[in-house]
Amino acid sequence: MTTTTPPVAAGTQDTGSPTTRASRVRTRLSSRTATLVAIVIAVVWTIPTFGLFVSSLRPENQIKTTGWWTFFRDPEFTLQNYQDVLFGQASGSGQLANYFVNSLVITLPSVLFPLAFAAMAAYALAWINFRGRDLVYIGIFALQIVPLQMALVPLLSFFSRGVSLGGVTLMPAWNLDGAQNFAQVWFAHTCFALPFAVYLLHNFVSQLPRDLMEAARVDGATHPKIFRTIVLPLIAPALAAFGIFQFLWVWNDLLVALIFAGGSDVTAPLTVRLAELAGTRGNEWQRLTAGAFVSIVVPLIVFLSLQRFFVRGLLAGSVKG
Amino acid sequence: MAISARPRQALAIAGAIGLALSATACGTGSSSNSGNNNADSAECAPYEKYQGHDGKTVTIYSSIRDLEADRLAESWKQFEDCTGITINHEGSGEFEAQLPVRVDGGNAPDLAFIPQPGLLARFAERDQLKPASADTKAMAEENYPADWLKYSTVNGTFYGAPLGSNVKSFVWYSPKMFQEKGWTVPTTWDEMIKLSDTIADSGTKPWCAGIESGEATGWPATDWIEDVMLRTQTPEVYDQWTTHQIPFNDPRVAEALDRAGTILKNDKYVNGGFGGVRSIATTAFQEAGVPITQGKCALHRQASFYANQWPENTKVAEDGDVFAFYFPAIDPAKGKPVLGGGEFVTAFNDRPEVQAVQTYLASGEHANSRAKIGDWVSANNKVDLANVANPIDKLSVEILQDDSSVFRFDGSDLMPAAVGAGTFWKGMVEWINGRDTATVLQGIESSWK
Repeated sequence: MTTTTPPVAAGTQDTGSPTTRASRVRTRLSSRTATLVAIVIAVVWTIPTFGLFVSSLRPENQIKTTGWWTFFRDPEFTLQNYQDVLFGQASGSGQLANYFVNSLVITLPSVLFPLAFAAMAAYALAWINFRGRDLVYIGIFALQIVPLQMALVPLLSFFSRGVSLGGVTLMPAWNLDGAQNFAQVWFAHTCFALPFAVYLLHNFVSQLPRDLMEAARVDGATHPKIFRTIVLPLIAPALAAFGIFQFLWVWNDLLVALIFAGGSDVTAPLTVRLAELAGTRGNEWQRLTAGAFVSIVVPLIVFLSLQRFFVRGLLAGSVKG
Repeated sequence: MAISARPRQALAIAGAIGLALSATACGTGSSSNSGNNNADSAECAPYEKYQGHDGKTVTIYSSIRDLEADRLAESWKQFEDCTGITINHEGSGEFEAQLPVRVDGGNAPDLAFIPQPGLLARFAERDQLKPASADTKAMAEENYPADWLKYSTVNGTFYGAPLGSNVKSFVWYSPKMFQEKGWTVPTTWDEMIKLSDTIADSGTKPWCAGIESGEATGWPATDWIEDVMLRTQTPEVYDQWTTHQIPFNDPRVAEALDRAGTILKNDKYVNGGFGGVRSIATTAFQEAGVPITQGKCALHRQASFYANQWPENTKVAEDGDVFAFYFPAIDPAKGKPVLGGGEFVTAFNDRPEVQAVQTYLASGEHANSRAKIGDWVSANNKVDLANVANPIDKLSVEILQDDSSVFRFDGSDLMPAAVGAGTFWKGMVEWINGRDTATVLQGIESSWK
């Protein structure tokens, strides 16, 4: 058995011939100018976020009358905005703490379901021989081009009216109520994520060495056994990469949540609440800066703690190990 | 060279737990409690006719959110307690876009507060709305002027009564500034122009305006045009214009635009506190009137709801920091044209409890209950002025209840969305940015199919 890391490590040690294209690119990208450019880009990229952060710590009057940079000339510091958006009791003032939990409840299953289904589907499509396998794969692959927006009304109708064909009910309406609406959101996110997830993981799974599978088969391993003990550990980086993608997508999603979760405080995620935070006529927009920061904390943590998988997962799919 | 399987196992276990957790979360439904029903107490007497729906739930979808939504919920609290009906209100900024999706997807709310008669007509024409019950209709006809009810009547069928209203024919000013400078509130158009000249001569730009409003940029200017149109033409011509019986580039519309232009496109008059004419297009409507509080501008035409936009600690009253006067008519003898807006309570469901709520929302009880909480204007003629605390709301209600007022609904809400919430807005931005009246009107006309 082997892990995916050694080939990559071998690649970095393979600097014996500096004339190869990859190594030339590598030298250029690590030169001093390149580093400087990278730093400049990073700083320029960060300034808006930094401004947002500074703004979120300023009092309402200051936010509304002057730009965030004046903070350094005339520093006035307050946590009132955060107090308002997180713990305000009236629905007029935020209650983001509640919606934060809703966001988590929506996001975790919406990441785990497609991961689980897509990993199994990818394995089946890559390593189990059955008739029409390629057709199925192409079909799933092609589904990626269906825009999410097109499927919203049919999917909503599927939940609320069920499916009937020529008067025969094939599937009854779901009739969900209150917190049960979470199921709709999970279902929707899982549907919309699956084509891409299957495609991404299929590429990854199909690149695993054939010898490995055959050896396992000879040793008497069944498909579930191979999937669990060989494939899953090997594709962990790809799972993590897709997990991050999906997490950020679901966490930041407004459209799907608006339609399937609704706006009640039982099910609505942060994004829905954020969109309404400024009030009916936008007169409370000073809360938006603090609200935005509350909402990006979790994606930031997820991204920073998993970013090495992110890069590895993306590369690992393309470089033959 | 087996690799340690433990981290992977942990991952798998974590995944399994996640799935299991979500599965259990799936099963926990919220059990509804029917609430404490004290239908027999004295304070419940007005709600007697709505009894008999204990334990039922009615869902409402609207664009009202935040503080205003809280106040709305408070206003029907007693109704809920007395009848046992639970009202679930959900407000969304995405209301106009979401409602059609929900309705088409079979997930329509029981009631929706629709602020655009154009959108209401769209649902009505597709038979998606339920006609109002006889009770609701009787209640609405008793409480609201016919001018209002015609906007929720499509092809002769009545779909629902108005709820809240706002009056758009207002010019905001600073009573303090007026007193110091010895200016008086104008009561005719000519007086208003004369006053503008006086203010301009004193070195201050008299008017400030701003039409930037995100993706809705341009709407404040459409209100301007509609308000002027109501003054240069008869209400009948206004109706023909909003229903496209006369073309958008009719000379009478051009005349209204040009007359508005004598203020909005006059460098001598605008844009106090911000810059030249073009700064109108880039100034946020929320900020546009603020220079009045700083003495950099004297007049700002905007609806009654602008009262909430003033900086904190600004006193909105006739003897306060800011107040509004009625946007004067050109010929006051012809009556008082009033431009306004409001939302209509329409039903997508005809269950008896839904109709009970719909009727209740058209009643004087609800209008007064909501008025007492504050910041509320309604055209409901049962509203007792004593219940309206806020001076600007009081003035609005007075104007709406005034018999000489001729009410007309905001024209851009009556037009098809592609025009009223599309090319009309964009055309106004171009117009402010210097394009001539004829070209702008021609462009809007050609978009109205």
